[in-house]
Amino acid sequence: MTGLGDLVADHDVIVCCGTGGVGKTTTAAVLALAAARRGRDAVVVTIDPAKRLADTLGLVGLGNTAHVIPRTRWADGATAEDGRLSALMLDTRATFDGLVHRYAQDEAQADRILGNGFYRNIAGALSGTQEYMAMEKLHELHEEGGYDLIVVDTPPSRHALDFLDAPQRLTRLLDNRVFRFLMMPTHKYVRVASNAVQRFLRTVGKVIGGDVLDDIVAFFRAFEGMEAGFRARAARVDELLLAPTTGFVLITSARRDAVDEAEFFAGRLRDADLGVAALVVNRVHPDFGEHRPVDALRGEARAVGGRGSDAAERLAARYDNLADYVSLADEERRRLADVGSRIGAATVAYVPSLARDVVDFEALDAVAGLLVDDGRPSTTG
Amino acid sequence: MNVEQFCSASRVVIVAGKGGVGKTTVTAALATAAAGAGASVLIVEVEGKSGLASALGAAPLTYEEQTLGERLRARTLTPNEALLEYLEEHGLRRISRRLVRSGALDVVATAVPGMRDILVLGKVKALERAEAADLILIDAPAAGHAVQFLLSPRGLLDAVRMGPVRAQAEDVIALLSDPARCRVLLVTLPEETPVNELVDTAYALEDRVGVKLGPVVVNAVPPALDVDGHSAGADATALGISLRPAEGAALDAAARFRQDRRALALAQAERLARRLPLPQLTLPFVFGEIGPHEVVGLADALAAGIGALRT
Repeated sequence: MTGLGDLVADHDVIVCCGTGGVGKTTTAAVLALAAARRGRDAVVVTIDPAKRLADTLGLVGLGNTAHVIPRTRWADGATAEDGRLSALMLDTRATFDGLVHRYAQDEAQADRILGNGFYRNIAGALSGTQEYMAMEKLHELHEEGGYDLIVVDTPPSRHALDFLDAPQRLTRLLDNRVFRFLMMPTHKYVRVASNAVQRFLRTVGKVIGGDVLDDIVAFFRAFEGMEAGFRARAARVDELLLAPTTGFVLITSARRDAVDEAEFFAGRLRDADLGVAALVVNRVHPDFGEHRPVDALRGEARAVGGRGSDAAERLAARYDNLADYVSLADEERRRLADVGSRIGAATVAYVPSLARDVVDFEALDAVAGLLVDDGRPSTTG
Repeated sequence: MNVEQFCSASRVVIVAGKGGVGKTTVTAALATAAAGAGASVLIVEVEGKSGLASALGAAPLTYEEQTLGERLRARTLTPNEALLEYLEEHGLRRISRRLVRSGALDVVATAVPGMRDILVLGKVKALERAEAADLILIDAPAAGHAVQFLLSPRGLLDAVRMGPVRAQAEDVIALLSDPARCRVLLVTLPEETPVNELVDTAYALEDRVGVKLGPVVVNAVPPALDVDGHSAGADATALGISLRPAEGAALDAAARFRQDRRALALAQAERLARRLPLPQLTLPFVFGEIGPHEVVGLADALAAGIGALRT
């Protein structure tokens, strides 16, 4: 097992996926840092990082563009002289606005769309928009940024892989049968609509209010002519995700629910013909060295505890405690034993349960040592 | 305060917190404690996760209510199903099918921010009005999303100026801002980042949603291990037991690990108490999988914590 060293050294793009609370953003930052310390020009795209990690990456108050983190803050003891590390916090809305500007025929069309209430909701609230825009940002950085490696975080939800079908979802929305006729090049759209459609719209209007419906109509009319650009771009994002130089890293904790989610994500990636380059398991419980199996430890606890002195109670409590942690570690090991092969990950790396949050460069580099340099399961706390 | 009093403070309790902090476990434990104290309980799961059912040893939940135990029922609540039900109840059965079939539902839900959330919360309100149970427990979406989820009715008032959806939003706001009807229980792990995010969420919920916050649940605190300064080897010698040195070292290392983790957890709980003046309920770290047996233990711990709260 070589850890994630090859991935960080060879790939152009790394996409970090996983459910919430498993250390996804931290892992993304660790991988970018490891690449930079090996001399690559790396950028990490984060989504909603914890405040202290954002401070470390210098992201506070910064908008939607990547900025370089001074080498003095992270390059101490690095193996290469020329690495560069940048970071960016995704602004979903600004990214979407950028797309509209890019594909609008003129300023007036862009303004009509950007000012539309329905568009504002799509840009902020459409399920999958954040995921989609993370991929859009990735595409933009890949085309225009000139980086060696882009590491991109995905949003912390069960829907974190919605970017896989977000472009289609948007396209489907734009193709919607009921609303497409609203985009027909006539100002008298209501007249060409059938009575049935009119009745339908009147009822929808009753439920959500007429002005909302007007917004929708105005949006579809304003958007006319832009779908082709959006579609072409979505296809190029797909191509980038499928490229052999793009690697997906699945991140999980050792807990069963998180491992189940990781398998769910792996299945979705497989459905999209995307493989898992590596599985990172965070918060693995340590083993405490040489000892007998759990049953023997429990037996010892009972035998000693029966003797009824303070020293006996303390020793029994220690045996029970060791048995508790050993059974936890055993359970994790069993759960993880075949998960790598089950999800088809070439590499599985383990990070032990750490006493402190990983929020500064020193801690990030320590995790990088575990992930990238050897990737063996740690045997001590 | 006892569990019965705690439950009767409001019929709706929303359990919220960042992903992975154990919301579902807390929901299961509180439901078990409440049912044990004689209250009828309905658990409502809104994110389509399976954890709750397995923690309670039940089959995956459905939109139809299921009975999980004495006085304990559970169901899911999804926006699409809630919308269909809502439209049907308002005499719009025909349009509801067309909305779904044509895909216009996506367009409409997108047009109105928080539409999906308001449908779910609207249904919660209907359950509350119908007095579906003494305690209606909502296993909310992950934090951040929880703030959005609970803010949606206010956002909706800005977007929709008339009609039944607006009326629905007004009713939901009335529910959320009435402490006699609804409380939010926030859950966190005793770790730095989750604590920081919990504090932000708490203030956002109070200031922007106007919802009453119940006690904060600090989950997964390693239980105390009282071995003072003694080493395993010294205690073994005192007892005349011969201990293999390696095993003695493992016993000491594991004890130190637990004590260190407990000290860190308590320090974070204290930091939380300083930053957020709400009473805390502490749940112990559970070694291994959480199933029905562990939930009963956690329910007892919650009941003990509630017993220590001042009324």
